[in-house]
Amino acid sequence: MALPGLALHPRGDAGHHSSENQYVKDVASDYSDDRVLVAGLRRGDDAAFGWLLDRYGASLQRLARSYVATAAAAEEAVQETWIAVITGIDRFEQRASVKTWLYRILINVARSKGVREHRTVAFASVRDELDADEPAVDPNRFVRAGEARAGSWAAPPVPWDEEPEGRLLGTETLAVVEAAIAGLPPNQARVLRLRDLEGWASAEVCNALELSETNQRVLLHRARAKVRQALESHFEGSTP
Amino acid sequence: MILPTLFRRSHRDYRCQQFVEAVTDYLEGAMRSRDRARLESHLRDCDGCEHYLAQLRRTMELTGHLRVDDVDALGSQARRQLLDAFRDFHHST
Repeated sequence: MALPGLALHPRGDAGHHSSENQYVKDVASDYSDDRVLVAGLRRGDDAAFGWLLDRYGASLQRLARSYVATAAAAEEAVQETWIAVITGIDRFEQRASVKTWLYRILINVARSKGVREHRTVAFASVRDELDADEPAVDPNRFVRAGEARAGSWAAPPVPWDEEPEGRLLGTETLAVVEAAIAGLPPNQARVLRLRDLEGWASAEVCNALELSETNQRVLLHRARAKVRQALESHFEGSTP
Repeated sequence: MILPTLFRRSHRDYRCQQFVEAVTDYLEGAMRSRDRARLESHLRDCDGCEHYLAQLRRTMELTGHLRVDDVDALGSQARRQLLDAFRDFHHST
């Protein structure tokens, strides 16, 4: 994989370590170590900034998109974020990780853009999403109160988890997941994306989105339940 | 002693509808050990809930497959401009 930024590396030795699907790692500089990364950024090391761009560019773009109305506005938010990184790295106090700092900048930029656009999702209240009464599973699928075995499954899950791997991971299934996430309320969608798509730890998500552990868990719970339901409906409707 | 009786009853009465609401706390390791034991005991006896849990794990896994680390997400022109901005900033300071 060609990484144009690393061609600019002053030592020009990146080529020896290239691999098909990994980021090219510099022997001397392990930018996944925040101290190395920050030092590189402060002394104007192109490779450090290039590494940061490649590591977080796609992910920042995805998150920005959930605050603003258009892909172009999201791109602008991401650009402004990078400029803020360039000009602000000297003031970065390293009390949080570079990653947290970066995402906080993006979220602030994207949120205020969303507000200027009068886009309601940008400031859709976490409170409203938490207060909504949203059971994980339709209550009609359980035995009613007052009957024997109340609360047990009346209509248990269709066992789609036993579908063959090939079918589960097919593009059709992934499209169902994508559509289900797109249909989630914004805060649920953000938490789910950061946790299950970007693979963040819960503490990182709480930090970046300024959520309590409990609230983050409730949003995640509802989001996953809806995506699971979308998959069940999909497999129920299409299983021969 | 009243406690063991209460515990036995609540244990027997643990229902699927409770399970599906507690499952994220379970997966997140945010459960008191007694609640966890009740949930796991229910899980051993309930096919429906076993499938539900397996499906949530599948759901998480599938969501992870949507991740595309597109190095070119930024576009090569934008990337070049940002690297230029980075250099300019450092040469001017």
